[in-house]
Amino acid sequence: MAEEFLVYAEHQDGKLARPTWEAVAAAQQLAGESGAACVAVIVGDNVSALSQELAGAGLQEILTVESPQLAHYTPDGYGLALRQVIEKRQPRYVIFSHTYQVRDFAPRLAASLDRGLIGDSLGYRREDEQTIFVRQVFQGKFSADVEFRGEPPYFVSFQAGAFREDSVERGQGQAKITPVEIDVPPEAIRTRPQEKFREAKQAVDLSQAEIIVAVGRGIKKPENMELAQKLAEALGGEIGASRPICDSGWLPMDRQIGSSGQTVAPKLYVALGISGAIQHQVGMKGSRTVVAVNKDREAPIFDIATYGIAGDLFEVVPPLIEEIKKAKSG
Amino acid sequence: MKIVVCLKQVPSRDANLRVNSASTWIEKADIGFEVNEPDVYALEEALRLKEKLGGEVIVCTLGPARAGQAIKEALAKGADRALHLEDTAFENLDAHGTARVLATAIGKENPDLVLTGLQSDDFGFAQTGVILAEMLNLPHSTIVMEIQPEGDGLKVKRELEGGWFQWIEMPLPAVLTIQSGINKPRYATLKGIMAAKSKPLQKLTAQDLGLDTEALKPRQVISRVYVPEKTAQTEFIEGSPKEIAERLVDKLKNDARVI
Repeated sequence: MAEEFLVYAEHQDGKLARPTWEAVAAAQQLAGESGAACVAVIVGDNVSALSQELAGAGLQEILTVESPQLAHYTPDGYGLALRQVIEKRQPRYVIFSHTYQVRDFAPRLAASLDRGLIGDSLGYRREDEQTIFVRQVFQGKFSADVEFRGEPPYFVSFQAGAFREDSVERGQGQAKITPVEIDVPPEAIRTRPQEKFREAKQAVDLSQAEIIVAVGRGIKKPENMELAQKLAEALGGEIGASRPICDSGWLPMDRQIGSSGQTVAPKLYVALGISGAIQHQVGMKGSRTVVAVNKDREAPIFDIATYGIAGDLFEVVPPLIEEIKKAKSG
Repeated sequence: MKIVVCLKQVPSRDANLRVNSASTWIEKADIGFEVNEPDVYALEEALRLKEKLGGEVIVCTLGPARAGQAIKEALAKGADRALHLEDTAFENLDAHGTARVLATAIGKENPDLVLTGLQSDDFGFAQTGVILAEMLNLPHSTIVMEIQPEGDGLKVKRELEGGWFQWIEMPLPAVLTIQSGINKPRYATLKGIMAAKSKPLQKLTAQDLGLDTEALKPRQVISRVYVPEKTAQTEFIEGSPKEIAERLVDKLKNDARVI
């Protein structure tokens, strides 16, 4: 029997989540020349419409796992269901997108089978017989090559955007849909999730802003926020921040940019004292022109900046405000 | 409530990190270390729960001798006692191995609640707390932004993507991974620092824990660490602050045409 690569198909609010397609693309590429079969597994209650949609995606087979116990995501329920699927199918790889849901259960699922998960991978490459995964360490300051040890199945999750949704190889016909019988007793599910909600409606919609000045730890003190504010005013832009600034209460939470805050794509993004950890980058990497000011020349923000200033923002920003005012009035 | 907080010591945020000569990890000589930031919030949350409900806060740290500093700080802030898991067999563990050691030590304590930071600033696995829950066979929740005791259990607010949240009800004992920003961490007081000196600190090796080091074999290994290749061609602008400002504005106006 051919080896199997199992893809976890996440869905939310009755729809396949975008990261699911990225995970499918990852599995197809990883399986690539090896001739392994790519199989998706979808967990929930009444997932037939979703499995039909997946069946057209050039996968060999779609496994459905259905139970009223699985109507809502819980780490216990989904972990237990997937463990049984993996035990039955014995895949070589189990592939995920690194979403908040996957972060919540995948490490536990892998551990329940005494295996490891290489999480949040940016990609992979092959060297001889080895498959080497690349992930970030030290908040993106360095990359690390990571290899599995021990026996399969190997669990790996890929960062959002590491593979492109539109690179999924669409198949000719419909893949076979196979229901998998599993046993999830109600008492195995120990947590009770409530409805999802948003905090009071967001006052500021930074996603529409054309110019954003974003502030990070490098601003050092709340008193210094005024400097960034002045730069934003000179540019006619909005002010935003990385998570630590909002955590400290120096700006309201609705001005936070990053994976847990807003996703923005202005034509000009000025990052002041932001190191550019991946959680921040995912929220702003769609910006057209990125200016980064940071005293650390190796800060990850410079990986995506158009213009870099490796220096002290307190020395650079005041003359910058003057020059902008001049340029605008001239 | 008996609460265990897992605390890790990591290189300081402002440390000037360099890859070591073998390109296997960073050069650890001559850099400062501090408590992993999300763990600071986890400790604060534990102390607040204890102040509200009574009980005990136990700090559990896996790391070399220098990690004793992280423990000292936690005791000074108000933790009651500490477990320092130190053994050459505990060096260079992956998330699975780290969780195994922690689970063995914490399991013996039979806590009501285990808190960890959601990830470490060095490896950034974001896995150890979740694996720990599996090994202790306890329910868990991750990326927690608020904890409310309710009846015999807890109600916790979990952060989801894009500004969404969700309340989760769960029984105790349980494991939670804590998100930065959940509270405002306190500073140690002078009185706390003095009191910390007489608080119990237990050092535990693999042998003390009855751990078979075979169980710590890695599931994943880092073969090489390096500075990432840049995806964008960053044009660095050099000069005096005034020159930089002039050059940047010129580029923004005439090349990028964004102002």
